[in-house]
Amino acid sequence: MQDKSKIVIGLLIFLVIITFPIWYNLAGGKATYRPDLKYVTDAKECVAPTDYMTSNHMDLLNEWRDEVVRDKDRVYMSFNGNKYDKSLTNTCLDCHSNKADFCDKCHDYMSVDPYCWDCHIIPEEVH
Amino acid sequence: MSIDRRKFIKMASAAAAMGLSGFGAFERVLAEDIIPEELPLTGKRWAMVIDIRKCAEQEDCHECVNACHFHHNVPDIESREEEIKWIWKEQFHNVFHEQSYKYIDEELGHQPTLVFCNHCDNPPCVRVCPTKSTWKRDDGVVMMDMHRCIGCRYCVAACPYGSRSFNWKDPVPDIDKIYEGFPTRCKGVVEKCNFCAERLARGIEPACAMACKHDALTFGDMADPQSEVRKLVREHYTLRRKPGLGTEPQVYYII
Repeated sequence: MQDKSKIVIGLLIFLVIITFPIWYNLAGGKATYRPDLKYVTDAKECVAPTDYMTSNHMDLLNEWRDEVVRDKDRVYMSFNGNKYDKSLTNTCLDCHSNKADFCDKCHDYMSVDPYCWDCHIIPEEVH
Repeated sequence: MSIDRRKFIKMASAAAAMGLSGFGAFERVLAEDIIPEELPLTGKRWAMVIDIRKCAEQEDCHECVNACHFHHNVPDIESREEEIKWIWKEQFHNVFHEQSYKYIDEELGHQPTLVFCNHCDNPPCVRVCPTKSTWKRDDGVVMMDMHRCIGCRYCVAACPYGSRSFNWKDPVPDIDKIYEGFPTRCKGVVEKCNFCAERLARGIEPACAMACKHDALTFGDMADPQSEVRKLVREHYTLRRKPGLGTEPQVYYII
């Protein structure tokens, strides 16, 4: 039992090393990092409230996809009564034309890799 | 009514084409013609009537093919193993081989004949699709949902007309000019003519029928007795491809 202090010190060193990534990021100020999304549109509102869009845009896009492809229903009536074409390229990317600074930034942060743009066209890349 | 609209759309598109040609080529194509407020074209049984006599008069005409392939971002791949086709020309004796015989008029036998998806009433491709990514809509269009296609190619095997193509590789690098109004495809999905479903939804006729300057292609509602297509099949004897199979193809040929 004479080695108690050595064990405690060893454990402390172990804990410091194992939690190093957390310390390191806290010290570097990265722990509070949030992607800074840039809005480049003059439009005042999206097709749905921002909170909903932030958390549920993928569900909305899936709904749009099914309704357009399966039900021939292309017009989206938004929460405030505006009509929109259900189109990723022509409606979403029309306002959020800065895909790299908007979509990609958050997707990279969340480590998700949607394959929408394998087929759906990014207007700025075409031009 | 349908004749008036058809003429109006043709005139409007001709005027638009003339206006654009003043600037040179279609360097930058915006999807500005897409207005969600436009009423969709509705029908009970969409069909196409092709007058191959008019087609034969214009030997090197590929306006319909070019228009379709441009408006749907169909890649131009040379290799026959990997090529993608929505609409193309095939010799008469290949298209109607059961109507062909040894002593057939040589000119007719070799006549280039337009072929594309027949949008069958009883489509075998739909029966075999394991993911329901292809199905028949209530207006008769045999539609595809690329999102669900797993690339099994059962439909390619089932289609008796060879109307379906498989993307063996990423098609995007082989597209000349990308049209913004329609998505491209990715490697591993099947594709085919969709009867311009995206245009019908916006009240515009299919690209091939509108591109034809010689009136060889007529699109319309076969279920409507007053429609132009019904009038054409009433006035002319028409052929359909492999009718004995019972697929009830909805592309009619005036010979």
